[in-house]
Amino acid sequence: MSSPAVSTRPAAAEDPIDALLAAGRLRRRAGALTASAAFGRRAMLKLKHDPKQLVDSSAIPILFTVLFTYLFGGAISGSTAEYLKVLLPGVLSMSIAIVTMYGGGRLAQDVRSGAFDRFRGMPVWRGAFVLGGLLSDVARYLFASAIVVVLGLVMGYRPDGGVLGVLAAVALVIAFGLALSLVWAAVALAVRDPAVVISIANAVLMPLSFASNIFVQPSTMPGWLQAFVDVNPLSHVASAARDLMNDTGGAGGAVAWSLIATAVIALVCGPITLRLYSKQG
Amino acid sequence: MSKMNSGEDPPAIEARGLVKAYGEKRALDGIDLTIRRGQVFGFLGPNGAGKTTTIRILATLTRPSGGTVRVLGHDVLTEADAIRARVAVTGQFASLDEDLTGYENLLILGRLQGLSRAECRQRADALLAAFDLTGAAGRPVGGYSGGMRRRLDIGASLIVTPDLLFLDEPTTGLDPRSRNQVWELVRRVAAAGTTVLLTTQYLEEADQLAEQIAVIDNGRIVAEGTSAQLKSRVGSGTLHIRLLDGEQRPQALQILAGALEGTVQLAADPLSLSLMLATRPDATDTGRLVGRAMTQLAEAGVGIADLSMGQPSLDEAFLALTGHRSGPATDEHEELKA
Ligand SMILES: Nc1ncnc2c1ncn2[C@@H]1O[C@H](COP(=O)(O)OP(=O)(O)O)[C@@H](O)[C@H]1O
Ligand SMILES: [Mg+2]
Repeated sequence: MSSPAVSTRPAAAEDPIDALLAAGRLRRRAGALTASAAFGRRAMLKLKHDPKQLVDSSAIPILFTVLFTYLFGGAISGSTAEYLKVLLPGVLSMSIAIVTMYGGGRLAQDVRSGAFDRFRGMPVWRGAFVLGGLLSDVARYLFASAIVVVLGLVMGYRPDGGVLGVLAAVALVIAFGLALSLVWAAVALAVRDPAVVISIANAVLMPLSFASNIFVQPSTMPGWLQAFVDVNPLSHVASAARDLMNDTGGAGGAVAWSLIATAVIALVCGPITLRLYSKQG
Repeated sequence: MSKMNSGEDPPAIEARGLVKAYGEKRALDGIDLTIRRGQVFGFLGPNGAGKTTTIRILATLTRPSGGTVRVLGHDVLTEADAIRARVAVTGQFASLDEDLTGYENLLILGRLQGLSRAECRQRADALLAAFDLTGAAGRPVGGYSGGMRRRLDIGASLIVTPDLLFLDEPTTGLDPRSRNQVWELVRRVAAAGTTVLLTTQYLEEADQLAEQIAVIDNGRIVAEGTSAQLKSRVGSGTLHIRLLDGEQRPQALQILAGALEGTVQLAADPLSLSLMLATRPDATDTGRLVGRAMTQLAEAGVGIADLSMGQPSLDEAFLALTGHRSGPATDEHEELKA
């Protein structure tokens, strides 16, 4: 096209950047679901590139299941197989509860790095970032649950609730875990420091885990501790998981209490998280 | 919502009495700013002056404590989403995902901008190619050099071409080659019709890129104008002299101070000194005075190795306008050269 006469620039003068800028003016809004999926994809890609992250989600379940089974198993219920009926659903609940805190740590890391600001400056539904994170959390929680269940089966646990009972228990525990992870999301957005988020989560989760009915019968505890164990939501989740996995107790009260606790935590922390997300510093 | 009515476009940025307080500290202390559409506007100031705070408020990431701010005609407090749809920010620190590849970073951002999967792929490929990153597209960003990151970060702001682009210290810490690449990019973006607000500590950078410059110091704008206007507020020019013998510098200084009106500065180099000349109505007069000063130096036996007369640099402008040097900028420039 252009004459080769006196051009100082090469013939391919339509610069790729200019063409790019001119073509890129179309503007659409990403829907809430698309945006959430994009954030979920981002979290999964991060996991794919840094599979070490899964160590968080696997080391704790493995350690707890093996350690507590052999440490307390013989002493408390006589045989390991018997004790596993009580312990394994509890360890499942506790493992997932503990794994939830790493999501908060990752969120705080995003806030630190500036990734959060880039996302916050985009016209997408403000819940998408948190929801996308939860999508990838589900994958982690499933992974951790599978580890606990498989280890239990290997060590001799036989769930009377069958496959359905186990799946129902896992679903319930994961739902509770997602509610908890909203707590850490709120903490992460408030304190903006991964190490602090993990410390706070530990300070909450350790008492919840040990002052519960997961390892020991509450009837052996002093009265004040029993009172705490009774209101501890993790006790209810552990009881519900036992009921479902072992097909005992008609899957009644404990399941209902767990679902109520899950809903209350999510309904309180969800809006707080959203508020903190859009709060401009 | 954000359709263009080309007849009477509001300014890209209009801030009146903008204040941002952090406790006792006023990071911004009454900023008035109007930026026309299509301009490259330079926001020049030392570390801690309030550049990042201003950008964060304009990009709806931080709430102002006082004043009114409109961006592309929208209020930052009540119409944040309308602004977000049309602006992009490349922050002072890279906001990319280190574990993700360059390509993946762009894909995710494209989806968040409402592009279809196919459009995302096509746009990401085109951006990576245009920014000379095709070879690194499949590698995690964590392994990129500073210049590559910066280019990708700017590329990420162009997934959808914004009407207004904020660049917060886009070349701080870059080597000269990467810096030139970023400068070229900024010029391209501006030529494509995007308004650019860039902050910098480098006086040379503002001079090179910006049509209009505001000098900010301690949360206040201390001067505003084109680079030529700022220079003219400072003086008519600067005389740089390099002596043959450093021992003679005090003598030279005395002679120059007597012959010419202005401020003498001693450079770090023991052989050099410079003189910022006070503004004179006509240039021939200055030339005559300088000529006379040179004659006096020659008569006193002061040997001169090198002599030059130039427009004042923005460095000198900054000194004259704020009463202190733009410290960090000069330091980092030295580092870059080393
Ligand atoms: N979140 C914050 N909390 C308290 N002070 C802040 C905060 N952000 C910035 N500042 C203060 O505001 C001033 C301006 O900061 P900034 O806008 O980052 O300057 P610049 O980008 O020009 O280097 C500095 O004194 C800084 O310490
Ligand atoms: Mg800054």
